[in-house]
Amino acid sequence: MNEAAIQVEDLYKSYGAVEALRGVSFHVAEGEVFGLLGPNGAGKTSAVEILEGLRTPDRGRVRVCGLDPQSSGTEFKQLAGAVLQSTALPEKMKTGEALELFAKFYRKHADTTKLLRRFQLQEKRNAFYGQLSGGQKQRLALALALVNDPRVLFLDEPTAGLDPQVRREIYDIIEELRSEKKTILLTTHYIEEAERLCDRVAIVDHGRVIVTGTPHELKQRSAGTTRIQVRLARPVVNGALERLEGVADCREFEGSYVLHSTRPPQTIVALVKQLEAEGNELQSLEIASPSLEDVFIELTGRRLRE
Amino acid sequence: MRNTWTLSISRIRLAMRSKPFIFFSFVMPMAFLFGYVLIFGRGSPAAVQYLLGAILGLTVMGSFWGLSMQLVMFRETGILRRFRVAPIGAGAMLGSSIISNYFLTLPTIVIEFMICRWVFKMPSWGNLWGVFLLVSVGAATFSAFGLIVASVTNNVQETQVINNVIWMGFLFLSGATIPLGFLPHWVQRAALFLPATYLVTGLEGAMLWTAGARVLAEDFFILAIGFLIAFEISRQLFRWDPEARVPGRAKLWVAAAMVPFLLMGAWENVYGSRLIQIRAEFVRMQERATAPQPK
Repeated sequence: MNEAAIQVEDLYKSYGAVEALRGVSFHVAEGEVFGLLGPNGAGKTSAVEILEGLRTPDRGRVRVCGLDPQSSGTEFKQLAGAVLQSTALPEKMKTGEALELFAKFYRKHADTTKLLRRFQLQEKRNAFYGQLSGGQKQRLALALALVNDPRVLFLDEPTAGLDPQVRREIYDIIEELRSEKKTILLTTHYIEEAERLCDRVAIVDHGRVIVTGTPHELKQRSAGTTRIQVRLARPVVNGALERLEGVADCREFEGSYVLHSTRPPQTIVALVKQLEAEGNELQSLEIASPSLEDVFIELTGRRLRE
Repeated sequence: MRNTWTLSISRIRLAMRSKPFIFFSFVMPMAFLFGYVLIFGRGSPAAVQYLLGAILGLTVMGSFWGLSMQLVMFRETGILRRFRVAPIGAGAMLGSSIISNYFLTLPTIVIEFMICRWVFKMPSWGNLWGVFLLVSVGAATFSAFGLIVASVTNNVQETQVINNVIWMGFLFLSGATIPLGFLPHWVQRAALFLPATYLVTGLEGAMLWTAGARVLAEDFFILAIGFLIAFEISRQLFRWDPEARVPGRAKLWVAAAMVPFLLMGAWENVYGSRLIQIRAEFVRMQERATAPQPK
């Protein structure tokens, strides 16, 4: 990897009694797509907003392209682009006008007509912001983030609240940016987003980075195991499932049991016998390879969207 | 400065598309104009010359309402956050508010003049340079007051409440609605502590040619000093994010914006002759309004 485009060291941030960040550290290499994956309230947005220069950290050191976002003022903003989690434009601002307006703020800027075309907004050039759909607004937000042809791009939950079709469109755009070797810091609570888009992922929970690695490396943590999710007619007692043959880990979620097994056939046979012996019934059974969600569950004991 | 100008042009364009803006910045001042001339002035051309000063004052002061509401709404809806990640400072954002408001106010002022002169047969254009200078500095000063209100309030509802309180003071104690000469003497004395009084009486004096260069310069400078202080305070207190709360000491800073007017009010109350002139002009206006119209 090249020199780090983003460096975060021992970052702390509190809001009153709430500790949003508790010693977060990570780095993002030039041209890398790095994901901060975690549930709502994990501290992802606080971290990214500090990197964007929108918030001041209580403690810690942050550098983006060698600049401190807090003290370098507009110089840093010339190099960075951002899609914020909660933002808007004036309702009566036209799509094309918005791009042209923001382009004028930067020393270096992209061709706004090309941006409109790239984000399939050329037909909406004269439409007011208030008339755009959620997906179109998000595409415009991405286009605005790229209006200065930034070296570093911050995408804070870029697909939150969008329907699956629009989400896939946004994924395609981010994949394009990835192929252009843009440095991207992406926050998300969607597993599939992190798996599909990120070169590396940091799993964040309760203001801490729990683990960092490529999606493949992280899934290797559950290597050699298969995920078996079962729903039973009645709860099992005394951790009977944990003692089944081949079971490395067993957790209960919303009435289901998620088992990680090193020998799935034996585990399933043992499970059926156990249920027969208890007079319990199997309502459903799903078998899958472990996902980042499983890694998150293993590490935190919770689901991402809990 | 380039960013301030770019933002100003964009904001002028946005305002022109806004129906509430058209109503409050154009329709309402025209309603005031016709109401004043027909009710207070009874259509008398000579009275129109006096009343236009107050009407212009109202038009100029009205900017503080719209600007504070717009800025708070921009902050609440996250619009300011989007601008914050671009290379734009608070000065550019606030400066563009004042510049755009100024250029949006001028056409209404010109139309009001033309209606008074050509429809209501106002005898003269008044001291146009004096009016121009006071309208210009007044628009900047009252916009800056609006920006301070936006900086110290947390949401649109709170802004409306504070605006109403301030607006009522400006409206009824400055001579803009009820001529100052008509009010009890103690109210007239209190009015000398209000920035609105210097705008309205200055404009009335300029319209009637009764205010000399020294008086107009006094009005201009007191409003200009008020603008500089108010703008700097609003820049210091400016918040891009809805979550950012106003520090307690900020409200003390707001009081600092009133200092030049408090000093001027104290001086006028002790040494000045402004009240005597205001009362005399009011009496003359009454005489003109009740005088028989030439056939």
